[in-house]
Amino acid sequence: MEKEKQPLLKINNLKTTFSTYKGELSAVDGVSLELNEGEILGIVGESGCGKSVTAESILQLLDENTTTYDGEIIFNGKNLLKSSNRELEEIRGNEISMIFQDPMSSLNPVITIGKQIAESVRIHQKLSKKESMKKAVELLRLTGIPSPEQRVKEYPHEISGGMRQRVMIAMALSCQPKLLIADEPTTALDVTIQEQILKLMLQFQKELNMGIVLITHDFGVVANYCTKVAVMYLGQVIEETDVKSLFSRPLHPYTVGLINSVPQLDGDRSKELATIKGVVPSLTQIPKGCRFAPRCPLATEKCLEEMPNLESAKENHQVRCWHYEKVLEGELQYVN
Amino acid sequence: MTKEVKVEYSTQVKSKKEKSEKWIRLTSNRLLVTGSIILLFVLLIGIFAPILAPYDVLEMNPQNRFVPPSVDHLFGTDNFGRDIFSRVMHGVRLSLVIGFFVTLFSTIIGLIVGLLAAYNKILDHILMRICDGLFAFPSILLAIAITAALGPKTINVVIALVLVFIPSVARIVRSQALVVKEKTFIESLRAQGANPFRILFLHIAPNVMSPLIVQVTYIFAVTILTEASLSFLGAGVPAPEPSLGNLLYDGKLSIYVAWWMTVFPGIFIVLIILGLNLFGDGLRDFLDPKAKQLKKRGIIWKRKNNRY
Amino acid sequence: MSTSTMKSVGQPLLEVRNLKKHYAVRNSLGKTTGYVRAINDISFTIYEGETYGLVGESGCGKSTTGRTLLRLVEPTSGEAQFNGNNIFDLNRKELRGIRKDLQMIFQDPHTSLDPKRKVGYSIEESLIINGVKSKEERKRLVTEMLVKLGFNENDYNRFPHEFSGGQRQRIGIARSLILNPKLIICDEPVSALDVSIQAQIINLLKDLQKQLTLSYLFISHDLSVVRHIADRIGVMYLGNLVEQGTTEEIFSNPLHPYTKGLLSAVPVINESSEREKIEITGEIPSPINPPSGCVFRTRCPFAFERCSQESPAEIHVGEHRSVKCHLYDHK
Repeated sequence: MEKEKQPLLKINNLKTTFSTYKGELSAVDGVSLELNEGEILGIVGESGCGKSVTAESILQLLDENTTTYDGEIIFNGKNLLKSSNRELEEIRGNEISMIFQDPMSSLNPVITIGKQIAESVRIHQKLSKKESMKKAVELLRLTGIPSPEQRVKEYPHEISGGMRQRVMIAMALSCQPKLLIADEPTTALDVTIQEQILKLMLQFQKELNMGIVLITHDFGVVANYCTKVAVMYLGQVIEETDVKSLFSRPLHPYTVGLINSVPQLDGDRSKELATIKGVVPSLTQIPKGCRFAPRCPLATEKCLEEMPNLESAKENHQVRCWHYEKVLEGELQYVN
Repeated sequence: MTKEVKVEYSTQVKSKKEKSEKWIRLTSNRLLVTGSIILLFVLLIGIFAPILAPYDVLEMNPQNRFVPPSVDHLFGTDNFGRDIFSRVMHGVRLSLVIGFFVTLFSTIIGLIVGLLAAYNKILDHILMRICDGLFAFPSILLAIAITAALGPKTINVVIALVLVFIPSVARIVRSQALVVKEKTFIESLRAQGANPFRILFLHIAPNVMSPLIVQVTYIFAVTILTEASLSFLGAGVPAPEPSLGNLLYDGKLSIYVAWWMTVFPGIFIVLIILGLNLFGDGLRDFLDPKAKQLKKRGIIWKRKNNRY
Repeated sequence: MSTSTMKSVGQPLLEVRNLKKHYAVRNSLGKTTGYVRAINDISFTIYEGETYGLVGESGCGKSTTGRTLLRLVEPTSGEAQFNGNNIFDLNRKELRGIRKDLQMIFQDPHTSLDPKRKVGYSIEESLIINGVKSKEERKRLVTEMLVKLGFNENDYNRFPHEFSGGQRQRIGIARSLILNPKLIICDEPVSALDVSIQAQIINLLKDLQKQLTLSYLFISHDLSVVRHIADRIGVMYLGNLVEQGTTEEIFSNPLHPYTKGLLSAVPVINESSEREKIEITGEIPSPINPPSGCVFRTRCPFAFERCSQESPAEIHVGEHRSVKCHLYDHK
């Protein structure tokens, strides 16, 4: 890049803690991420790794009574964690939009989809009712919904899951946000529909030069649609790099294991799938040293005692592991 | 070929920790604790009424009519000179006994009716229409009608109230059972050839229990109120027997002369109902901690977005 | 040719012929206004010791197919020969005899076990229902099964919520195995699990199959999972079995345009440029009003006139290979 540019979104040492009767649970523990305009950042990990909580922390959507945030979330030069509720409301849905996994629960079942889109347009843009309805039809057409003039009169339950996600995208994009947070947007959809939805998002992303944070558990989706990727485990980022270097040579044993265990469409199918031993521990039983150590094939004494930092292993490639050199030297087999 | 299946994972041992966690959750639940204390207090009075009561409840003493609260008569005396303190204690006892039996029987019968209705469509139509019919009358009116038909006896009051409360239990059970019935484990039981009896009573019934128990505490409260109202209207427990409703009825006639005749029974009705409701609310939070977290995610997002 | 890629092919275990399931759609007055054609005349065979994968998108009828075989859903017509009996003709009592040999594993490990019962009891219940009288015998069998699947004996007395999703799915597998069945219908058994756990379960199912000579009907929407476990595959679309073949054939040389499209829609980690890409546009039509002729024609990039006029017949192009598409009808 020629001139020094500030990133669109910069998360610094974010800590999100839930207070429950079991005590304080730190769901996100010291996550730092950066996203520039026009980039798509994939956050991957298994359930319970804190990827969704990270996303929801950006807009502070979690139950305010039981959640505390710490750190910095700088969006466009403004720290969102220090912003007032009013400022946040201004930003939500306007400069930052979010789409969720289950579009049905994010849509009001008793209002037609046209009215819902029109309303979200009207909140942020001063348009008359008629104009905003026109805009709604326009947005639906842009998202590739056939005969949008008819569709605006339908209720959420009358349309398919894929259509609903298109409606959500239309609403999210109605104000041309700079940042879109997509939390598992296609997990509930069939593959053929998933492809359509992701391509649609990609198309808008190019047109608007948005940044996208894409939360997913699917490495295939990351490989095909993201530019950057962060792998999370138990509330921490354990590896962060651009997509190419991640898949050509993942450096964290967890990433290696995870990618190895994904069944592929090519390669030897008679071989046993690689597995990672054990299960993700619960947030109440976080290991003392490296969080992955109890499940790691390379773990040593040191790993069990001391937590490694996220450090640069190569250019643009950060990893949180004491033994990434061993991985580099090929001590762990990487199937892909 | 006979390679042993290897499975690597560690079972997380929770046992002891789990128990202490439960205890913490129980004791940190303010509603539950307050409700339990009140209920325990009332219950002890009910149980030990015959020992605690200083006077015979039916013993009249014309010299001591309308004595205000004093050391001899803590809650004063009534128009016949009977000791109100003793009568209130016995009233609490009787109300609790009636409430208990009504709740017990209406719950058992309602559970069976609700389960059967959830299981069979034809039965559902028949049973639920009968329940609708019972529901159509205000519960007090129905109870009065039944006691009028059966005659004024305490046992008849119980029968009337049981009939009145069966439909509400049956409805709760039915709606819950319909939800449970759709769960995969029921399908899995059907796939194994389990008969309906097993599915209904060994699997669906235990799963409707926790929401039902919460509702039952509320029904207990309503039962006591309804019994009190019935007695107050003179259609409940027959006269000399002290139930809380009867005491209020007696007090009504002399309310300007002897305020203590109404106030003390009233306080105890309030205590019982309050205790039961707090207990019920606490129990609900305890059994279903997720209900509290429901306001998460999408909903909040929309609210903050001023969308609705 | 194709048999070389399969494990020792045994006798046919289950033969499904012309299975149909139509649901009546009723209006508010109870009058039938149409039919949902959930399964529209499908036939397939499962041999002893093999895994037959049934793939397709949501609403294609794959789960309903599995459920009809256990009579959890009553089929409209057709037959299913299993152990010399037509499953669909059996009465309640006879059905119980069949169910010992025919078990099911469900998708959601969180709802497939009764939360109020100890997991040991959930497994034991199959034995009770199927007439194993001795309590000691049952307990012994259950404990053995638990140990076999990597649990310890004390886990008998635990409740489902004390286990993780993968462990619960393992318990579900234990339950289905306790009666020594011949065929297990696996309805999306890994789609609710995380990838690393998913791999564990797939490996476990494969190991068990080798040990116990089980057959699986493996229902899934995930092609890459099916590829790793199935020997033969049937692809379903809108109630129709549009293509059948061995796993190698389906993945290396898909014939039906839908299979091709489905394959190219899967996002893979190492995208090679050689992969033939066929984009399927549009949405799955409603099964109440399926398109005339070929059901796939509305989304098919190769559709031509004939596709809207007549529905394609099943064309056999190999021993275990068939396709329902006019492109391959050279008459």
